[in-house]
Amino acid sequence: MSILKGKVWTFGNDIDTDAIIPARYLNTSDPSELALHCMEDADPSFVAKASPGDIIVAGKNFGCGSSREHAPLAIKAAGISCVIAENFARIFYRNAINIGLPILESAEAAAFLKEGQQVEINLEEGKISELSSGRTFTAVPFPPFMQGIMAKGGLINYIREKQNKK
Amino acid sequence: MGHTIAEKILARAAGKKEVFPGDLINAKIDLALGNDITAPVAINEFKKTGADKVFDKERIALIPDHFTPNKDIQSAEQVKLMRDFARQQEIVHYYEVGRMGIEHALLPELGLVLPGEVVIGADSHTCTYGALGAFATGVGSTDLAAVMATGELWFKVPPTIRIVYHGNLPPWVGGKDLILYTIGKLGVDGARYAALEFSGPAIGKLGMDDRFTISNMAIEAGAKAGLFSPDEVTRKYLQGRAVRPYNAVLGDDDAPVAEEYNWDVESLEPQVSLPFSPANAQPVSSVVGTEIDQVVIGSCTNGRIDDLRQAAAILKGRKVHPRVRLLIIPATQAIYLQAMREGLLEIFAEAEAAVSTPTCGPCLGGHMGILAAGEVAVATTNRNFVGRMGHPESRVYLAGPAVAAASAVSGVIAHPGDIGGGEAR
Repeated sequence: MSILKGKVWTFGNDIDTDAIIPARYLNTSDPSELALHCMEDADPSFVAKASPGDIIVAGKNFGCGSSREHAPLAIKAAGISCVIAENFARIFYRNAINIGLPILESAEAAAFLKEGQQVEINLEEGKISELSSGRTFTAVPFPPFMQGIMAKGGLINYIREKQNKK
Repeated sequence: MGHTIAEKILARAAGKKEVFPGDLINAKIDLALGNDITAPVAINEFKKTGADKVFDKERIALIPDHFTPNKDIQSAEQVKLMRDFARQQEIVHYYEVGRMGIEHALLPELGLVLPGEVVIGADSHTCTYGALGAFATGVGSTDLAAVMATGELWFKVPPTIRIVYHGNLPPWVGGKDLILYTIGKLGVDGARYAALEFSGPAIGKLGMDDRFTISNMAIEAGAKAGLFSPDEVTRKYLQGRAVRPYNAVLGDDDAPVAEEYNWDVESLEPQVSLPFSPANAQPVSSVVGTEIDQVVIGSCTNGRIDDLRQAAAILKGRKVHPRVRLLIIPATQAIYLQAMREGLLEIFAEAEAAVSTPTCGPCLGGHMGILAAGEVAVATTNRNFVGRMGHPESRVYLAGPAVAAASAVSGVIAHPGDIGGGEAR
């Protein structure tokens, strides 16, 4: 895992997966096509504004609603390096870990960070630093079991290794 | 100290004597589900696991229901990918257009989901099967791929939130009204990560169709599952339907729960959830008179035969308001046929409603009834987020079939008791 650095884009509470990737685009599962419509119904100009490495910061229950894995896939393919939220909806949380989209839970960071700020993240330590103020935040640590999945780069690699051992 | 139904089912599936909320476990999966949106992603991931064959070709259900009958070339390609995989893997429970239905209506109807089982589906409304006393939860495509390869999946044992409904349900109030009211009370994240457990005298009398509606929307409060304890109603529903023997699991009365709510629903009004959240539940009287353009009666939430009967009771001898389009979508081919035999389809057609073959279509803004900018719909579906049924500037009010049908004939949101006639369930 590496150090991530990018500009903050803020969103509110209860951002649902229909806002992250509207169902009208789900006739494909090609991540690069999904990325063109990332966050479209929350902020239609998001894809045009965001740059690779940028960071989404949101309130509570990010990713609620549908189970579509297309939501974290769209965010990842749009070049977003990490999603920080007060907390995540359950299925989105699983999906993000499974596909290797970095996510961090920190109520303090979610409340403090403002749009346009530059943030540096040490994923291994769960450390979030806002560069102009120097404020740092520590995210809720992942259980060791999930760290294991993430260390393998996602659930499929984790399973492939288990299958090979059998 | 006792355990909740969720804990007892998960303990059994994990081969443990008991489990507690917060435990991370590996559970054997009794049935895994995918649809034409989520399965294509899962199939690609499955191929990467290195497995040649699925863990059990009788324990996987692949249902093309979302953008079917294929709405465009891309959707057709997605379904074809799933169909080819089903044939190659000899998946037993793949159901083609004309034989299929909306997954969460179809699988229980076929007796494929049973009390005490653990079911995962790459669809958030998989929690529907909690109505049968199964631990059923929505996951993503990669989780489905993992299950197709191994037959197992990891879970965090959820805490349980118990909801007890007291009193007798008033006329025109059914499962949809109870669950909208519940989500309104809890909020869209009030049950995040938890298992909801529904009980109490008011719901003991509800039939399976109303129970499916209630469990179906547990996810809209953020819940991982929405469970009923199996009873005589469950047993009768499964008679002659269950495809394999089952061992029902009941919760212990002394099981500690994270939260318990006791609500008297004796004087509950039919509920409507206003845009743009299922948690914006209000009594229908607060929005009566709101002009509408379209009504949808159907979906995995309310497309079952009791829902159609309720709609027909109101639509009989009436016409849909000239300004309104009414779409009625029986949830499965069997429900469609039953509605035909009972004369419901004739009532719908004479009322000038459009009746469609089973599809999830309009619920998620896929096809078959997309809204234009500024249009307003009443829908018996499950979500009313921004852009859910079409243009981001359209608006959806969620309601049960009685309110939806009454609104369709009135041209405005209406209380079914106010328009005269019909029969309360």
